Amino acid sequence: MRRRERMMADLDQDIREHIAMETQDNIDRGMSPEEARYAAVRKFGNMTRVKEEAREVWSLVWLEQLWQDIRYALRVLRKSPGFAAVAVLTVALGIGATTAIFSVVDATLLHPLPYPEPEQLVSILDDLPGVGAKDVGMSVPEWRDLQRSGIFQYVSPIGGGSVNLTGSSQPARIFFGAIAPNYFALLGVKPQLGRSFNPEDHTPGFTLEVLVSDGLWKRAFGGDPHILGRDVRLDNDLYHIIGVMPAGYHDPGRTTDERNTEMWAAANFAGPPAPPPQRNLRILPEAIARIAPGLTVAAAQSRVDALVASLRKEYPKDYPLQSAWQLRLVPLKETVVGNTRQSLILLLSAVGLVLLIGCVNVANLLLARSSARGREMAVRRALGAARERLISQLLTEGLLLSLAGGIAGLAILFCARGFLFRLVPESLPRLTDISISWGVLLFALGACLVAGMIFGLTPALYAGRADLTHVLKQEGRGSTGSREQAHTRRVLVVTEFALSLVLMVAAGLLLRSFWDLLKVRLGFNPQSVIAVRMWLPVPNDPETDIYRTPALQAPFLREILRRGRTLPGVEEVAVGDLAALPLGHDRNDVNPQALMLEGRGTPSKQAPLVDATMVTPDYFDLLGMTLLHGRSFGEFDDEKAPEVAVINETFARVYWPDGNPLGKRLKLENARGTTTNSSWITVVGVIADARTESLAEASVPKIYLSLFQRQAKDLAILLRGRLDPAATPVELREQVQAVNPQLPVFGTQTLNEMVSASLSVRRFSMEIVGLFALTALLLAGLGIYGVISYIVSERAHEIGIRLALGAQRGNIMSHVLRQGLSLAIAGAAVGFVGAVIVSRLMASLLYSVRPADPVTFAGVAILLLGVALLACFIPARRAMKIDPMVALRYE
Amino acid sequence: MSTKEGRERIELLQGTLDLLILRTLLLGPAHGHAIAKAIEVNSNDVFEVEQGSLYPALHRLIKRGWILAEEGTSENNRRAKFYRLTAKGRRQLAVETSKWDKLAGAIARILRPTEQEGQS
Repeated sequence: MRRRERMMADLDQDIREHIAMETQDNIDRGMSPEEARYAAVRKFGNMTRVKEEAREVWSLVWLEQLWQDIRYALRVLRKSPGFAAVAVLTVALGIGATTAIFSVVDATLLHPLPYPEPEQLVSILDDLPGVGAKDVGMSVPEWRDLQRSGIFQYVSPIGGGSVNLTGSSQPARIFFGAIAPNYFALLGVKPQLGRSFNPEDHTPGFTLEVLVSDGLWKRAFGGDPHILGRDVRLDNDLYHIIGVMPAGYHDPGRTTDERNTEMWAAANFAGPPAPPPQRNLRILPEAIARIAPGLTVAAAQSRVDALVASLRKEYPKDYPLQSAWQLRLVPLKETVVGNTRQSLILLLSAVGLVLLIGCVNVANLLLARSSARGREMAVRRALGAARERLISQLLTEGLLLSLAGGIAGLAILFCARGFLFRLVPESLPRLTDISISWGVLLFALGACLVAGMIFGLTPALYAGRADLTHVLKQEGRGSTGSREQAHTRRVLVVTEFALSLVLMVAAGLLLRSFWDLLKVRLGFNPQSVIAVRMWLPVPNDPETDIYRTPALQAPFLREILRRGRTLPGVEEVAVGDLAALPLGHDRNDVNPQALMLEGRGTPSKQAPLVDATMVTPDYFDLLGMTLLHGRSFGEFDDEKAPEVAVINETFARVYWPDGNPLGKRLKLENARGTTTNSSWITVVGVIADARTESLAEASVPKIYLSLFQRQAKDLAILLRGRLDPAATPVELREQVQAVNPQLPVFGTQTLNEMVSASLSVRRFSMEIVGLFALTALLLAGLGIYGVISYIVSERAHEIGIRLALGAQRGNIMSHVLRQGLSLAIAGAAVGFVGAVIVSRLMASLLYSVRPADPVTFAGVAILLLGVALLACFIPARRAMKIDPMVALRYE
Repeated sequence: MSTKEGRERIELLQGTLDLLILRTLLLGPAHGHAIAKAIEVNSNDVFEVEQGSLYPALHRLIKRGWILAEEGTSENNRRAKFYRLTAKGRRQLAVETSKWDKLAGAIARILRPTEQEGQS
């Protein structure tokens, strides 16, 4: 730096000498001294530029220029705080929203699972494509074959469910995972305290050792450091704790319950409580595996295919040709993320569009300003500023705005993250991984840079091109932008409208789907019903289970029902298994049953699977489900009477398409196969279809059995009446525990809550996309308002003349409005094309609405044009009110 | 396209100016005005360089270590800065000259292919 200063001082001296010598030469040639000096200076050229170039030789030019540009840009922005605030706020909203959505996408879709070498982890799914069954569960011999195949380092089944935990500070109901001893070795996770299971443990049943989660350790055991070796009872079975998993560890589950597993027990599923291993007893709900090192998923899949082929040859009886048994490897991440991928991608695209519209808006504002600054630019160029310098100057301004906006956006995001987090539906996988990480920050920075480039470059394109003499000659008139610039502004507005239309069509389609789902005839009445859950223990030794048969369980249930009816406000009570909770159950709560119809002779191994639901007689009445034919369950359908079933319309239509199902007989075998109770069941009634499985599915075959004839352990007590959702469960618990003090009663929900919770992901994406669409609409409105106002103010003079010459004010107004509308219509037309493409891509997220729904498209178009009209109305009125005298005198 | 062509021309000129300065200084140290004069006269006024653009070029050559600046007195007894070729600059001049010869030859061959064929 000091050398540069010295060199520059020397240069001044040099230049003075040079001019002096040249002047002397000129005088020698006979010029007058004044003339001579003038000629010398002219011959020397642009002195400032020479100095600048020499300075550049000695400096880190770009750094200095950057600093200069930044200081200048700050000065310019400070001079027009209104503009700066609007621009920064627009960018802040865009960047903030984009970053928020990206942080969710980052956590769920982009982040690898939080286990070492996650790309080696897969789910192994059993399919029976021949009978149209997918993901039917695995049998123990199949698991062993896979384990021995050498394709995998480890294979572990995952089972689990609710258990009643006693031996901690409070009896509690927790979700536990039944897994193989190699499970944590497979995932590559070590406990924070104690040890994990021994992967080589070959105890046939449960190993009687458990690991607990960090959360449970702190909650139920007070974070006791001496917890190791402590005994706990799970459903009355004694286990001892051997370790505590680290904080933040989550199972790679498919449901919220599975991901929040709090205790793990290891088993080899070959001894009690599991039945003796059989190839056709698919008792393992699912299995995960770690592929052997060096093998890709595709390579492993082809080796698994070969294994499947040889097994099918070896055990033709267990794998009949018709069922076409297959094993499918799916990267574990995909099973965890499941079907939320599409919703998330939709959200990210939507928010990207909003950001883009925001950028276009700011570009528009900057362009309007740059035409006002046309003279400044022209003067600077005339004084010798290089075109590149002017462009970099404008680009710096743009980037400065976008960075300021980005920082503001992140600040808003950071402050509001607690609130935003609550908007995210709980069922979203990997919720706990969401954070504003470095990756997310980097993304925000990238988004800022791109945004800054977009709106910095738009005006910069013109800065270099302006015709100097032309601009400078228009002395005093100030703001005349070039024709080209005005054209660009129109193009920007058209773009904005097109993008907004796409977003609004997406939002409209989601809204209509959601609306239709809300209006759907449920087929049951959720009003004033609450459900309380209860869990009957399943000890590993069946002899200690006091409710081990329906005959032992039924008296207990009758007592609960009787006591329930005595509670204040209760009108009706019914008990069912979890599948009986309409819309309130998930994958873990249903029992797929292999169905066999009398007289059709289908062997059970390739039988279709149906979901059976166990309920007490009052269930249908309580839920207001309509009985179509036959009868419902009665008190007399008890353990001593022959077993009966009630089916729904769809079930009847599918299995007896042209006959009366009443009196027909069928057999159900638990597909996961713990019990083989193969007595005939007679169909006694048909009820109307109800949307108990999913609001979006009108007809799912359902079969109901009497809870007095078949038992279930995970129960829900349904109560209808004028109930106090706070008091009733407590009263109910007292009544239940008066019968059996060991039983946990928990998880109160109203049916209305369940119905609404089943829509949570849909509601979330609809609300967010709707919000974005509104933002887009607002921005587009502002954009067109800006352009039309600008046109009006630019043409005030012309309009004044027209008015003076006798033009009708109404004509002036409609002329301005027409200009605005033509822009909006052009935008809408372009947007239509985009919307048709986008809506087709999101078809699977829609319900009952066609992607090219004419009502939505027309409605959105009308709304958009309405907003455009409204936005143009203000400047149009201004144009109409122009006073010709003022406008003409203004010049 | 137009900007790109323009930039190439400027670069060519810059490089050429550097070469001309080095060649002029081969005859002995000189001050800025003298160098400008010499280039003008020796080229028979073909190059009408803005004299000012000489100075950034001189600074560039100093920075690269090809020339040195030292205080001195001009012919009419004024204090002036004299520029002198360094050993490195001398080597560079040789390199640049041969480069230039090659370039000029190549361009000539392209522009006058028939003459070339006749000669060979």
